[in-house]
Amino acid sequence: MIQHLLDGILVGSILSLGAIGLTMVMHILRFANFSHAELLSIGAYVALVFDQMFKVTMPLMANAIGSLSMTWALVLATIFSIVFTGVSAVLFDWLVFRRIRQKGEELSMVFASFGLALIVRNLIGLIFGLNTKLYSQDIVFATVLSRDPLLVVKLDQLATFSITLVLMVIIHIVLSRTTFGYSLRAVGENPELAQVNGINLERAIMAVWIIGGGLAAMAGVFYGLTNQINPMIGRDLVLPVFAATIVGGIGSIYGALLGGFIVGLASNLALIILPSGYSPSVPFIIILAVLLIRPNGLFGEARA
Amino acid sequence: MPEIALEVSKIFAGYVPDLPILRGVSVKVKSGSLNVVIGPNGAGKSTLIKAIVGLVPVSKGRILLGGKEMGGIKPHLIARHRISYVPQIDNIFRTLTVRQNLELALRSSDRNTNERLTELLIKFPILSEKMKEKAGALSGGQRQFLAVAMALATYPDIILMDEPSAGLAPKAAQEILELLRELSNSGVAILLIEQNVNQALRLADHCYILAEGRNQVDGEASKLLNDPIVGEIYLGGKRLRAGG
Amino acid sequence: MIGIFSYIVFFATIASILAIAVLGLNLQWGNTGLFNGGVVAFFGAGAYGTLLLGGSPQPDHIAGFELFYPIALIGGMAIAGILAWVVGILTLKMRHDYLAISTFGVAVAFENLMRNAEWLGGGAKGLRGFERPFRESLGDGFLYNSVFLILVLFCLLATYWFLEYLVSSPFGRLLRAIREDENAARSLGKNPAQIRLTAFVCGSVIMGLAGGLYGTFYAFVSPQDVLPTLTFQIWAMLIVGGAGNNKGAVLGAFLIWAAWTFSGWALSRFAPIEAQLYTGSIQYVLIGLVIVTMLLWRPQGLFPERLVVSQSSLR
Repeated sequence: MIQHLLDGILVGSILSLGAIGLTMVMHILRFANFSHAELLSIGAYVALVFDQMFKVTMPLMANAIGSLSMTWALVLATIFSIVFTGVSAVLFDWLVFRRIRQKGEELSMVFASFGLALIVRNLIGLIFGLNTKLYSQDIVFATVLSRDPLLVVKLDQLATFSITLVLMVIIHIVLSRTTFGYSLRAVGENPELAQVNGINLERAIMAVWIIGGGLAAMAGVFYGLTNQINPMIGRDLVLPVFAATIVGGIGSIYGALLGGFIVGLASNLALIILPSGYSPSVPFIIILAVLLIRPNGLFGEARA
Repeated sequence: MPEIALEVSKIFAGYVPDLPILRGVSVKVKSGSLNVVIGPNGAGKSTLIKAIVGLVPVSKGRILLGGKEMGGIKPHLIARHRISYVPQIDNIFRTLTVRQNLELALRSSDRNTNERLTELLIKFPILSEKMKEKAGALSGGQRQFLAVAMALATYPDIILMDEPSAGLAPKAAQEILELLRELSNSGVAILLIEQNVNQALRLADHCYILAEGRNQVDGEASKLLNDPIVGEIYLGGKRLRAGG
Repeated sequence: MIGIFSYIVFFATIASILAIAVLGLNLQWGNTGLFNGGVVAFFGAGAYGTLLLGGSPQPDHIAGFELFYPIALIGGMAIAGILAWVVGILTLKMRHDYLAISTFGVAVAFENLMRNAEWLGGGAKGLRGFERPFRESLGDGFLYNSVFLILVLFCLLATYWFLEYLVSSPFGRLLRAIREDENAARSLGKNPAQIRLTAFVCGSVIMGLAGGLYGTFYAFVSPQDVLPTLTFQIWAMLIVGGAGNNKGAVLGAFLIWAAWTFSGWALSRFAPIEAQLYTGSIQYVLIGLVIVTMLLWRPQGLFPERLVVSQSSLR
C-alpha cells in the first residue's frame, strides 16, 4: 500500500510536468492537443542522442552523479533537449496549428493534432527503431527504505521528484509574481482583452509552446530514466496526461499540477484492487469519475 | 494637442471582406469631448470600436489619429497611439487580483509606472482597499472603475468604451457616466457606446446614431435629445433598446 | 479469374462496411461538429455485441445467447448506442475538448477491457463460436461472400438514404445551426446539448451497425480489430471525402481503403526484408500526412459539401 503511494507520487510528478504544458495550450488555443504527449517522446529521444554524444566526446561526463544513474552528460543533454523540444513545439504550431487557426477552422485543430501525433510517433519509430532503449545500461539498485513493510525507491526517482518540486515552485513564482506570468494567465482568460492591454498574442502563444515543450522534454527524460525509452511513450502517456488536466480543470495550471499527482496515485492504488492488465483503463475511469462528481475539475471554471 | 483626436472616415469593416458590418461609417472625436454612439442591435456599434483598435479588419476607409493616418493598427500596440479600449462586460481579468490587473495595464505605459499607480489609486480609492482581492470578486460598479483605471494607466488621449453601464444598478451607472464626463473635461477624448440613452445624452457633447452599419443622424447631444423627429424614431415611445 | 472477382467482392465488402462507419462519423463531425476520438469503441461495441448475442454458448464465458441474427445485430447497435449515451451525457454540456478526450479514453478502455476480460470478450484470443447466418445453405465460399456483399450494400444504401433524409429534415437544419452558431440556436429556444446528444448517439449506432457487419463477415472479433488505427482510417476517409457530405464520405471510404490496402501490399512486396517490421510505421506516417495535409490544403475535402456556410461569415 505505502509502496503504491510512493510509486504513485513519483509517476505523478512526470504526469504533472506533462499536464501543465498541455493545460496551458488547451486553455489559450482552445483545443485538445493529442500531440502533446509526443513532445515527451521527442524530449526523451533528443536527450538520448545528446547524452550518447557527450559520453563519447567528453568521457569525464559519463560518470554517474553520486549513486544516481544520471550522469552530467545526461544533465547537459536534458538542457539541450528542453530547448530542442520547445523549438519543435513552436515549429509544429507554425507548420500546422497556426495555419489552421488562420483559416478559422479551430475545430479541426484536434484532428490535426492526432495526425501530427501519428506522424511524429511513427517517424521516431522509423528513426530510432521500435525496440526499447535506456540512458544507462548499468543496473541501478533500489534503496530499501524499510523491510517490513518492504519499501524500495530508486534514487533516480527521488531526484526526479525533487526536481519536479523545484520546477513547480519556479512556475508558481513566475505566474504569481511577474507581469510575464500575469500576461500568460490574462491571455488564457480573455485573449482579446489581453491584446488591447498590450500583450502580443502571437508571442504569448509562442511562449506557451516553448514552456510546454520544455516541461514535456523534462517529463520525457524522467520517464526514460525511471522506466525505459520507446516510441510508444506518447501513445501510453497521452490519456493519463489528459486525465490530469481534467482532474485539475482544463486551463488551471495549479489544477494540472495537482491532477498529475492524483492520477499517478490513483493509477497505482487501483492496482491493489485491479489486475495490472487494466492499468491503461484507469485514466479513463478517473475521467468518468471527475465528470460525474465535479465536471469542471478541482480548479476549473465552466466555459463553453 | 490637435483639435481632432480621432477621425474615422467612411470605413468598411467586418470579419469577412465580402460581408462588411460597417458600410461607410464616419465619426469625428474632438480632443476632450464626450461622444456617445447609439443605435439598435446589430447596428455595428461594437464593430466600429473594434475596427478602430484593430480587432476587426478594415477593408476600406481611413482612420486618422491626431491628424495622422494609421494603416492597420495592431491591437496590442494601441497604447503607443495613445488609445485605450474598454470592452463590454468582460473588461477586467477576473482570475487576477486588482493589483495584477493594474500592473499588467501599466506594463504598456512608457512613463513612470509607480507614479502612475499611485495617481490612479488616489483617483480610485476604492481600488486601493481591494488590491489583493481577485478582480472577479468586485461588484459591478467597482469592476468598471478598475477597467477605467486600467484604461487610464497608459495616459491615453482617447478612450473607447463599450457600454460601461451595462448590467449596473442605476446609481452605479450614473456614477460611471459622471466619471467619464469628468475625464473628458480633464482633456481625454471619449467615444462611448451606450444604451442608457437619456442619461448619456444629458452628459455627452456629441452623439452619433448608427443603424445597419451606416451613420443615420449625428449632432450635438443636447439638440438631439430635444429634437422631436429623432426623439420619435430613436429615443421615443417605442424606445429602441440598444444592445451589443 | 474467380480469384480477382472474389478479391473484388472481399474488398468491396470491407470498404462498404467502413463507409457505413464513415457515414456515422459524418453525422457527428460533418453535420454537428462533434469530435469522436474513439470511433473504434462504438464499432467494436457493435461487433462484440452482435457476436455475443448471436453466438453459441462457450465454456467459462457469458457469451452465446443464440439470438435470431437481425435481433443480435440490432442488439449490437443498441450496445454501441448505450455506450455513446453514457459518454455523451457526461461530456456534451461541457466545452468540446471533453468529448474529444473522453471518446479517445473510451476506445482505450474498450480495447483494454476486451483484451483482459476473458469472461466477457474472450480476452486476447478473441470471440469465437459465432455461426454466420445461412451458412448451411450458402456455404463458406464465393457465393456466401457475394450474398453478404449485397446485404452490406443494402445497409450502406439504407444508412445513406436515412442520413440524407435526416440532414434535409428540420432536425438536420437544427444540427447545422448548432454547429455554426450555438448561441444563436440556443436563443431560438433549442437545447443544443440535447440535440447534440441525439446526433452523437445516432452516429454511434451507425458505427455499431458497421461493427456488427464486420464481426459477422469474419465470424470472429478480437482486440486486434479494435485498435486505434481504425479510428484514424475512418477519420482520414471522412476528411478526404469532405466533412458534411455523405456522398463524399462513401467515396472517401473506398479511396482511403484502396490506398491503405495498396500501400500495405506494395510495402510487403517491395520493401527489403529488414524493413518489413517497419511497414506499419510507414503506413501510419502516411495516414497522418493525409489527415494533416488535407486539413491544411483542402479542409473541405476532395468532394465538398455544396453549401458551405462558415462560422466566420455569420458573426
